[in-house]
Amino acid sequence: MINEMQILEGSKAVALTVRSCRVDVISAYPITPQTHIVEDLAQMVANGETDAEYIKVESEFSALSALVGASAAGARTYSSTTSQGLALMFEVLFNASGMRLPIVMTTVNRSLSAPLSIWNDQQDSISVRDAGWIQLYAENNQETSDLLPIAYRVAEDKDILLPAMCCMDGFVLTHTFEPVEIPEQSLVDEFLPSYQPKYVLDPKNPLTFGAYADPSIYMEFRYQQHDAMLKAYEKFEEVAKEFEKVFGRKYDLVEEYKIEDAEIVLISMGSIVGTMKDAVDELRKGGEKVGILKIISYRPFPAEKIYEAIKDAKVVVVLEKDVSVGMEGGLLSDIKSFMYNREDRPPIVGFSVGLGGRDVTIGDIKGLVSKVKRAEAEEFEFLNLRREVL
Amino acid sequence: MKLLPGGIVKPKTTVANKTGAWRTFIPIYDEDKCKKCGICETFCPEDCISVDENEFRHPDYDFCKGCGICAEECPADAIEMKYEEKE
Repeated sequence: MINEMQILEGSKAVALTVRSCRVDVISAYPITPQTHIVEDLAQMVANGETDAEYIKVESEFSALSALVGASAAGARTYSSTTSQGLALMFEVLFNASGMRLPIVMTTVNRSLSAPLSIWNDQQDSISVRDAGWIQLYAENNQETSDLLPIAYRVAEDKDILLPAMCCMDGFVLTHTFEPVEIPEQSLVDEFLPSYQPKYVLDPKNPLTFGAYADPSIYMEFRYQQHDAMLKAYEKFEEVAKEFEKVFGRKYDLVEEYKIEDAEIVLISMGSIVGTMKDAVDELRKGGEKVGILKIISYRPFPAEKIYEAIKDAKVVVVLEKDVSVGMEGGLLSDIKSFMYNREDRPPIVGFSVGLGGRDVTIGDIKGLVSKVKRAEAEEFEFLNLRREVL
Repeated sequence: MKLLPGGIVKPKTTVANKTGAWRTFIPIYDEDKCKKCGICETFCPEDCISVDENEFRHPDYDFCKGCGICAEECPADAIEMKYEEKE
């Protein structure tokens, strides 16, 4: 059994993988830089290359709403959006997770208006952190593809039943051609059997999904979601091990890079980690003990794995493409929050980087590390601000 | 009853879940004034007013939310809304 390596645009790799996951219903509204994904899928449906239904809609709100219905009726469902589109879905995100519908969606990461920008940062998905969706972040296009079947397996598990968002950086991944192995259909079928929900909408056996809950019972529903997300931590590990057996590629909630003896540990998510790895390679050649902890799963949050990876570091640096305005980055807050009650607690500083698509170079990363080493970094700051225009 | 995840329920929960506890004011019917016209029953948005064998109307306090529409519409002024003390 041979998986063919192909040179594919990231969007095409995603579309081909979605097809191989035997999705029943797709609904999406085109928006830059997600467009190629849904165009490729629409073409596959039109060409009869998949049996999926493609529901055309007038907005992202409707796209996700259509999938709420389809998923409740027992279909395996897929959508993709970005930025303003994700913002328009906000209400439905909570409905999908509250009704415990395992919808999987590729969130192409793009900055939010205003000012208008179509370029990449991760403010969109970080801003819906609390919506009850599993959130996975890909570094490259092999990961954007592989995380999809993993997401379906975790999401559809009877103990989990949460929707999942596979995040990929806009343009940096969606529009970039890379070697990607799209696994053979028979292997995907082996790894990902069809979705068999216990409860479905069926006129012969009427049910209500997401029924009214008065104050005497609402909290228990929220607790059930919370508990399922905590369980998704171990479920992801279990599913990733099976994925490795079938496809030969290893995943975990986090990935460590040259971290064993690292005095400075850099933490980030998404495509920027590729650049950081090159920067760390160069720094290591110069004798600097720097390593990287890549977060693949932001929700469920891999607190214990992060703790184990950073407890012996001299300093931890969080780089992220978002900011909670007036506070700091979301990932930085999360990491500081659970570390506070631990005994081994290295200092943690954070940088907002690459907002609105600002390029983050190897030189930027090396400069940032040098600043941290000189103890000149603030607890939180914007990297490389153009002070001359302020 | 254990909760099914996702707020999934079978039909008729609107009957099983008593909603009368939402009420602040309770309608009290005065049969001496009542003309048995049935306007209260027609206007009740909860559809919780029934008719007895003598054609008098009675709200079902398990579901009456105390909106006061029956009292407002009654042409004989036979329904009084009273503040309901709760334990």
